[in-house]
Amino acid sequence: MLSRTANELYWMARHIERAENTARMLDITSQLALLPYRQMEPGQSWAAPWAIPLITTGLATDFYARHPVLSPENVLDFLVCDASNPSSIAACINAARESGRAVRGSISQEMYEDLNLTWLELQHYTLERVLSQGPSDFFDWVKRRSHLFRGATFGTMLRDEGYSFIRMGTFLERADNTARIVDVKYYTLLPSLDDVGGAVDYYQWSALLRSVSAFEAYRKIYRDTITPVRVAELLILREDMPRSLHACMGEMYEILKGLSDAGTREPERLAGEIHAQLHYGRTEQIFATGLHEYLMAFLDKTSQLAQEITDHFLVPVQR
Amino acid sequence: MPASFYDEMHAADAGVRAHYRHFDHWLSTTAPDRVAQKRSEADLLFRRAGITFAVYGEAAGTERLIPFDIIPRIIPQHEWRMLERGLKQRVHALNLFLHDVYHEQKIVRAGIVPAEKVLGNAQFRESMRGVDVPGGIYAHIAGVDIVRAGEGEYYVLEDNLRVPSGVSYMLENRKMMMRLFPELFAREMVAPVDHYPDMLLENLRAVGPAGLPNPTVVLLTPGVYNSAYFEHSFLAQQMGIELVQGRDLFVKNRVVFMHTTRGPQRVDVIYRRIDDDFLDPQAFRADSMLGVPGLFEAYLAGNVTLANAIGTGVADDKSMYIHVPDMIRFYLAEEPVLSNVPTWQPSRPEDLSYVLAHLADVVVKEVHGAGGYGMLVGPAATQAELEDFRARLIADPGRYIAQPTLALSTCPTFAGTDIAPRHIDLRPFVLSGRDINLVPGGLSRVALREGSLVVNSSQGGGTKDTWVLEA
Repeated sequence: MLSRTANELYWMARHIERAENTARMLDITSQLALLPYRQMEPGQSWAAPWAIPLITTGLATDFYARHPVLSPENVLDFLVCDASNPSSIAACINAARESGRAVRGSISQEMYEDLNLTWLELQHYTLERVLSQGPSDFFDWVKRRSHLFRGATFGTMLRDEGYSFIRMGTFLERADNTARIVDVKYYTLLPSLDDVGGAVDYYQWSALLRSVSAFEAYRKIYRDTITPVRVAELLILREDMPRSLHACMGEMYEILKGLSDAGTREPERLAGEIHAQLHYGRTEQIFATGLHEYLMAFLDKTSQLAQEITDHFLVPVQR
Repeated sequence: MPASFYDEMHAADAGVRAHYRHFDHWLSTTAPDRVAQKRSEADLLFRRAGITFAVYGEAAGTERLIPFDIIPRIIPQHEWRMLERGLKQRVHALNLFLHDVYHEQKIVRAGIVPAEKVLGNAQFRESMRGVDVPGGIYAHIAGVDIVRAGEGEYYVLEDNLRVPSGVSYMLENRKMMMRLFPELFAREMVAPVDHYPDMLLENLRAVGPAGLPNPTVVLLTPGVYNSAYFEHSFLAQQMGIELVQGRDLFVKNRVVFMHTTRGPQRVDVIYRRIDDDFLDPQAFRADSMLGVPGLFEAYLAGNVTLANAIGTGVADDKSMYIHVPDMIRFYLAEEPVLSNVPTWQPSRPEDLSYVLAHLADVVVKEVHGAGGYGMLVGPAATQAELEDFRARLIADPGRYIAQPTLALSTCPTFAGTDIAPRHIDLRPFVLSGRDINLVPGGLSRVALREGSLVVNSSQGGGTKDTWVLEA
């Protein structure tokens, strides 16, 4: 298929997935903000719960360029409504719809109509409305719209190359976002060292699990208290957990195997390498490296993979 | 202006015309609430499906719905047969004319069309002289605008031979009507139109470069900000062909390729929705960001077919329009089935003085204008507008033509919750490939403002479904 079309499909899917995960990230943030946390010395406000989504997405500098004060309203404005922030939920939905519009001939009519309806409904959400009806309602709406779109894609789209690029966009973005969400805990300090394993620690981990819809799965698999090692195992190494890094990279590898020919072996090889590390990885090794460091290294690898996919399929250099 | 107009649905004295009887019965027996509800449903469906157009001069990305009116324009079978015959004849002659002006120019030598009108025409492409295009076909897709003034009195208003648009609305309007009012189609034999994309694809495949049994056809669009982008993507999807932009294509050794995820793939036929000027920055406008460098060379080498061909504009401007009936007589040795609107040419002194003396009664159009821009509707114009056009006519008479203000027919149309007569026109789409085809019907446009004669969507026009009755 046309490289530009593949590129638009890939980014359409990435933007929808990003909107959903930003909603998840903000959801956990608003829950963490309700829990006690350790006050920082002056100048270290970054660890306040509302700073976390800014840090993990790497957008803190952009945020402070627009808002002098860290407040829930400002963070929500920046990450939900601000069209000038390309990662805000509004900007992502807008970009996804623009991509869909550019290639509407390559997706099913139901997919386009769903995307367009999401965009039309989005126009009714202002910051005031999001705040007054409770941000959780809005986050639910974003997640539901994302589920619907994925469902329409799964249920109506021809299983052609375009479908593969949509799936790649979804899984690459999801892997990236899950890694960032797990990393949230790194920045969330407990009221004191004594609280490790205590009630606040427990609530933080369970909020994290809920934000990626993994709380019930955790209970079902482990039937035990929530421990960091198991959370990491579930969200990083478990193959059967649909938002885990392992599951996402497994899909990436399978898709790239199906797409590759002689000229495009490198993306497949790299996806295979990342997948193998997750497939044969152990939690002991993750914690020996340090969870945060491990996740950072993973993000590096996935951005390398994204670059390879772009160079080989999406924006090919004329040969 | 005449006091009364021909109404498509109601005869002046005899009530509802025969071909509208079923519809009238349905309308008068259907609860107004239900009709109102269906009308807003149509709006919602069009908006959800993103069937919108962009308006130039408004903020980038401004999207508007073209107002859709649920009262169809109905054409009885015998009138359609006449229109169809006339349209095929006209487009046939226009294609022969285009071939002729880029080859021997017999029509010029016969003294029927003045040489300077051809050679001095800004749309004449010198570089196309002597170039043979597959099948000798230049205007593969023609949108011919037709109006009716009275009983059986149809006129051709203009021939659009460059990149005529609107066919997607013809198709979507029908889909909408069938979805909203299936009961209407159960009672009435309405000729189907939805095979248009198949017919178009078949025609495009028939004109591929010689010796290619299975040509790759693509649709070339200027991009999402073009006012007709919806139509481009719609047609590409319906035909199952790639929708490409200039940057997706490149030329190597005078062959056109597109960038695909599997490497370069050859392209054989381009249904282009970009004007000549922007097609190739090496051959035409150098500042074009939309085109493909080297495309024209590939075209001259016969390695790619462009539909429509380059240089069709010479046949569809308003100064050439007046010669079309003579073209039909000259090339086909037939009398024209469809008439032209009588037209004055201000470039002739006697016509100019007539037009200036009757400016408030006539319509003045720019020879190269389109889309309802740059025209004067005398009876509706202000004194200032009249004076402005008077000055322009005197300064550059060759730039304009003038026509009597036709008593365009009207069709009942919703205006708020009432129904009132509004002026309409009709654009059928004539396809030329192996032979000349058209689907029964076309795009009916309606001037929604009371008394207005301008039906263009950019000027507040709407659309209607067009029914050709099969019995």
